[in-house]
Amino acid sequence: MAEAEVAEKVRMLDIYIMEKHYQVPEGLTIQTALEYCGYRLIRGCGCRGGSCGACATVYNFTHDPTLRYGLACQTAVELDMCVVQIPCFPTAKPIYDIKKLRPTVDQVLGIYPDLATCFGCNNCTQSCPQDIEVMDFMSAALRGDFPAVTAESFECVMCGMCAARCPQGLSPYNIAMLIRRLHGRYLLPKSKHLEEKVKEIEEGKYDAEYEKLRSTPMEELRHIYDERWIEPK
Amino acid sequence: MPYPAYMEESIRKVEATRAERLKKGLLPRIPEAEREALVNKFHPDYKKEEMRELKVGPNKGERTPHEVADLLEGSSRVDPDKIELDKIDHDVDVLVIGCGGAGGAAALLAEENGASVLISSKLRLGDANTIGAQAGTQAADRPNDSPAIHYLDIMGGGHFTNDPDLAEALAKDAPDAIRWLESLGVEWDKEPDGSYHELSGGGCAVRRMHSCRDYTGLEEMRTIRDEMRQRNMHGRKIDWLEFEPVIELLMDDKGQVAGAILMNLETKQMSVVRARAVVMATGGVGRTHIQGFPTTNHYGATADGLVLAYRVSCPLVHMDTMQYHPTGAAFPPQILGLLITEKVRTLGAELVNCDGEQFVHPLEARDTEASAEIRECKERGKGVTTPTGEVGLWEDSPMVDIIRGEGTIARELPAMVRQFARFDIDMIHKPMLVYPTLHYQNGGIKIKADASTSVPGLFAAGECEGGVHGRNRLIGNSTLDLFVFGRRAGRAAAKWVKEVKLGKLTLDHVRKWQREIKEAGLEDMPISPMLLPNYARGNRPVPGFVPLGEASEYTPFGDRAVRWI
Ligand SMILES: Cc1cc2nc3c(=O)[nH]c(=O)nc-3n(C[C@H](O)[C@H](O)[C@H](O)COP(=O)(O)OP(=O)(O)OC[C@H]3O[C@@H](n4cnc5c(N)ncnc54)[C@H](O)[C@@H]3O)c2cc1C
Repeated sequence: MAEAEVAEKVRMLDIYIMEKHYQVPEGLTIQTALEYCGYRLIRGCGCRGGSCGACATVYNFTHDPTLRYGLACQTAVELDMCVVQIPCFPTAKPIYDIKKLRPTVDQVLGIYPDLATCFGCNNCTQSCPQDIEVMDFMSAALRGDFPAVTAESFECVMCGMCAARCPQGLSPYNIAMLIRRLHGRYLLPKSKHLEEKVKEIEEGKYDAEYEKLRSTPMEELRHIYDERWIEPK
Repeated sequence: MPYPAYMEESIRKVEATRAERLKKGLLPRIPEAEREALVNKFHPDYKKEEMRELKVGPNKGERTPHEVADLLEGSSRVDPDKIELDKIDHDVDVLVIGCGGAGGAAALLAEENGASVLISSKLRLGDANTIGAQAGTQAADRPNDSPAIHYLDIMGGGHFTNDPDLAEALAKDAPDAIRWLESLGVEWDKEPDGSYHELSGGGCAVRRMHSCRDYTGLEEMRTIRDEMRQRNMHGRKIDWLEFEPVIELLMDDKGQVAGAILMNLETKQMSVVRARAVVMATGGVGRTHIQGFPTTNHYGATADGLVLAYRVSCPLVHMDTMQYHPTGAAFPPQILGLLITEKVRTLGAELVNCDGEQFVHPLEARDTEASAEIRECKERGKGVTTPTGEVGLWEDSPMVDIIRGEGTIARELPAMVRQFARFDIDMIHKPMLVYPTLHYQNGGIKIKADASTSVPGLFAAGECEGGVHGRNRLIGNSTLDLFVFGRRAGRAAAKWVKEVKLGKLTLDHVRKWQREIKEAGLEDMPISPMLLPNYARGNRPVPGFVPLGEASEYTPFGDRAVRWI
């Protein structure tokens, strides 16, 4: 299909990539629009499915300067959109050993002392492409409510936009990461079954069962497989 | 992009049959003999003309898809005569290539076992297939389950073509892998008493899928990545180079793998890494778009590890079988081919045709399920065609809340709901249109149970290795594979490091390779590894654009003249 025919069949949209004007057909994401315009992406592109946070993008419109935030691979391109990608943003990089920490606010403040300087401007929440209530989990963090931080931040893809917009230079997404790890390791109740199974396996409890299956001739194994018990839903 | 009116009409038929279907229950599973005939006729792996025999290398004479063969038989990015191997930029114990779950686990275990580690990462750490995994990770830990039952499922799912040693290792290490991840802080879905909230999956006899909502891979990956970052200082020694992939392995004059050549994707500079052991953890092949299929895979899933290993004469297994996930999005076009997790079917959604009729049990093994869909569309003409010419079938997601109670979808599948809502589709109340999508490479680098290969010094883990799953992997066994064989590879590599004596570095294997492909008349093959697909329109030979690299447009090697990427 020639380019002119494409233009005839689908509506072409004016967009601006880093202030430069292009025309792209309707129906693309910001990511595929960049590629349509001839960009071969190196940074700013990862899973292409909305879970890695590599393609954080800031955009507004020629007729509306309000900033919006999205993942380029998950945001449909629109008429008069002006887009800029933020593939990397500097943040603090503290070092800790999760095995030596306790799940307390003091420990978190020891690692991220600036957490206490959050003054609730809400820029972080407004900049989250995952619509997470970032400021809420930051105050939950200060309160020591780690289950709330975990639940509220769970869909965080760590794109870093909250850190880019924080006037205090905090990185909420990293703080949430630490707290989720503390929660998963220390605060979730442990599974008894799992501990038992690991021990039984170490002790060789299932070795005989394996041996039997492994020495069964193929035809019979197929039969055992077809006839095996299936747990009802 | 909401559904156009004619698709809404078909949705009304789906809604009309729903109550009756709920009453009637699922269709029975397809008996083995019938299954074989179905798969033979409709599964993409069985299309003879889509594959060819390799002419060179350790798998000479074996068949693989053209797209993979082109890369395996490709020519090197490096000119051995121009690289100075006595100028070493990085000297480490273990080089880990790729940083998805497998690479991350290998790096952590190698470090814990005393090795210094360098990770070469093509994209950022964790921008990988792992981070997209949604449904979960299998492990037999419930009282009514056992690693032996899990083993039988793995073998049966793979149609008994698996390497039994590897399948046994996978099942046996599984509960410990879950425990290990939890000790790092992974937030598993749990019942109030601490036991895991476990779901069933296609081909599984018992419920053993461990999940973190539908962000399982994200939670696993970000936790491992955070742990790696903590071991970068204070005497711990994991280091990494992002956007700096491996473009060729190095060997020594004793025939051992001894490092690699890396290329900085931004500055195009090359560097030499000497390593006493190398762990290949480069993931899958989705971005080669085999047979023109769209894919669920991340941007860097371009078969690099297969190519690199093949050049040092490491054999591959089952390279003629790929996994086409039964439920890739067929609409809206912006997310064509992206994954709709199997969990939606696990929770109760059925697949139905344009008239709202059931045509297959929703939890058949993936090859069977995908074949039945292709038959329904191609032979029976019961698919729904989208405005952009895709064809698909309905996945009746609203059934989930009807069966399990209102709010289940929102709670169990937040990522899915969000993804569709972004394009104005409400999957809680309306079905989704699906079609098979290229998802997973069943085969790969041949390994032993300790993740070593037949080439001394080379280890492999994760999707780039093969044999574990035979010709068909089950849901939840790949994110398991990463941690089981990733950890085994890290341990084995650290052990090897203590024993090995490296000789003189060489690229003679590349010289030999270039001679061999020339003799086989393969000079016209592309340069490989591919590193990244080329979706930039200027490099497409045909003007016009179809998003996400569809058949009609996809030209993986449109950039032959550009040697660096
Ligand atoms: C959308 C999606 C959903 C899935 N859901 C599930 C699920 O629910 N359960 C399950 O068990 N499995 C699932 N899978 C499969 C599973 O996630 C993958 O098979 C697995 O994560 C692969 O892990 P890996 O570490 O081997 O490779 P990856 O995670 O892909 O990591 C490989 C890394 O290596 C890098 N790399 C590649 N080439 C080079 C090079 N030349 N140099 C340096 N680095 C390189 C890549 O860029 C990447 O970062 C899913 C897969 C996808 C795509």
